Amino acid sequence: MTSAMETTIADPPAPPPTRFGLVERLLRVVWIGPLIAALVIYIFFVIVGGASGFFSIPGTAGWLNTAAELGIIALPVGLLMISGEFDLSTGSVVGAASIIVALGTGFYGLPIELTITMALAMGVGVGCFNALLVNATKLPSFIVTLASNFILAGTALGLSRLISGSSNVSLKDAGWAEAVLGSKWMFFNVAVLWYLLAAILAAWVLKQTRFGNWIFATGGNPDAARRAGVPVARVKLILFIWTAVSAAFVGIMSAVMYNQGNAASGQGYVFQTAIAAVIGGVLLSGGFGSVIGIVLGTFIYGIVSLGLFYTGWPTDWLATFIGGLLVIAVLTNNLIRELALNRGKKKL
Amino acid sequence: MAALMTLEGVTRTFGNNIALNDVSLEAHPGEVHCLLGDNGAGKSTLIKIMSGVTSPTIGQLTFDGKPVTFRSPRDAQAHGIGTVHQDVGSIPLISVARNFFLGNEPTKGWGPFRRLDHQTANRIALEQIRLMGIRRIADAEQLVGTMSGGERQALAIARALYFGAKLLILDEPTAALGVKESKIVIDLIKQAREQGIALVFITHNATHALSVGDRFTVLIQGRVASQFRRGEKTREEVLNLMAGGEAFDAVGHGD
Ligand SMILES: Nc1ncnc2c1ncn2[C@@H]1O[C@H](COP(=O)(O)OP(=O)(O)O)[C@@H](O)[C@H]1O
Ligand SMILES: [Mg+2]
Repeated sequence: MTSAMETTIADPPAPPPTRFGLVERLLRVVWIGPLIAALVIYIFFVIVGGASGFFSIPGTAGWLNTAAELGIIALPVGLLMISGEFDLSTGSVVGAASIIVALGTGFYGLPIELTITMALAMGVGVGCFNALLVNATKLPSFIVTLASNFILAGTALGLSRLISGSSNVSLKDAGWAEAVLGSKWMFFNVAVLWYLLAAILAAWVLKQTRFGNWIFATGGNPDAARRAGVPVARVKLILFIWTAVSAAFVGIMSAVMYNQGNAASGQGYVFQTAIAAVIGGVLLSGGFGSVIGIVLGTFIYGIVSLGLFYTGWPTDWLATFIGGLLVIAVLTNNLIRELALNRGKKKL
Repeated sequence: MAALMTLEGVTRTFGNNIALNDVSLEAHPGEVHCLLGDNGAGKSTLIKIMSGVTSPTIGQLTFDGKPVTFRSPRDAQAHGIGTVHQDVGSIPLISVARNFFLGNEPTKGWGPFRRLDHQTANRIALEQIRLMGIRRIADAEQLVGTMSGGERQALAIARALYFGAKLLILDEPTAALGVKESKIVIDLIKQAREQGIALVFITHNATHALSVGDRFTVLIQGRVASQFRRGEKTREEVLNLMAGGEAFDAVGHGD
């Protein structure tokens, strides 16, 4: 019965519909906070570090390159967080993927397309492992993926040493992959282009597809989502695989770009990706966030990392700066969300 | 009129805990069946069985004259059972339209370019909640978190009816609402009844129950303590039953 109710209630007279002014509209833009933060931080470093080259093309390429490598992983990490789950295993996947390609092609001389496929397949495997364990045991993904991060890190390191005697294996010639994954234009890595594609894909999925709606619902109210017919377990499975495959992709890319694989590399991504997502306005408890916000979060991370270098101040303080930023970001994002929710609310 | 849905001898256990014990009831088109009982009496478990969230340990469900077993909430929905659970099932941080169409999102376009039809979703969602008398909401992209409790109930009811509910189950829809908002929900129940919808209405509030109920089932510790029709029992007797069958000391309990 699509016509539903034909009659309407005559009384009491309904109050007039709320009109939304500019402030309300701005508050409803999910990424308004991260945008303001990114602009303020960018302008700050242009003023302080501009003279020494932050504002130049190499300076811009510097922070964009950092943001790109981080962002390719941070995008699915953020979507996963919106669905209510964490993935802390990305670091080991990066390291493992880089060593698979380096060992396979650099050490054994296998064709690069084969070793890239192997590394991506490893990503699919880790994603499935994480998702199945989370879905089957209902354990917090925080613990499950922390465990898989350690298991994989140890395995990659152990196997690498066993096979090659080192955790660090060189990859002299990656053939066609050099152009696709390791080339540069001016100072910009090709990773920036991949990041752009990844961001467009993620934005499309989150905003324009049914799956995107399911991501929000899964994180916002899993019971309600399940009752509405959303395949909650499958949503998580797909996002865990997406995350791990993206991490493998970044691992492969770094092996090709830097001509070596390192089983112990990549651990920085574990927290950097989560930090970028949160700075970008993704709600830690799930149900809220945006792709533009995540992208801005990675920009902020890149700008601060590189900007600090250009100021000439000791870069030892980078972590302090990022930590402070994280606290401020979480507080302002909470504030903006509260405002957005309360503005429209009036007692009936 | 013949019953739209019947439960016969339904028992549901959780380990050693017997949540429902040999419960039978009927829901008729154009009638409100009030389900009454104290906390833990088994009301929510009963409606979870009726809406496919869980299945009975023993017992038979019949819908439209045919025996049925529901594999999932989706399956029950496909049969024409619309349920508004106690938590309403709204997702506060997504829009009214996205909530309305969750699990049934309209799409347009082809193949990899198939995408959500936001325009259609927004238009229909707004139309339908307006039909429920919610006229304060002017924008379907507004977050559900900005709606009041009563408005969210109305949204959930609109959603259930739009997707073809012939039986509408409401689990304590007025529990968290003020007087005015409760009245809106009660009016919606009456309105749906007039359209020939069968309703199962769970409440703690005797006044609400007595104002719309056609049939009543009182559960006490998972058993049917009493089943009666409108007018067969006085308000005092109903209050007494709701208080667990013990002598009722008439100090305004129940509402
Ligand atoms: N999933 C469950 N697992 C174990 N016990 C449950 C579960 N659901 C309900 N129960 C038990 O069944 C009984 C009835 O609960 P419920 O149907 O929620 O009552 P009501 O809605 O009337 O307050 C309670 O004793 C409750 O603890
Ligand atoms: Mg209950």
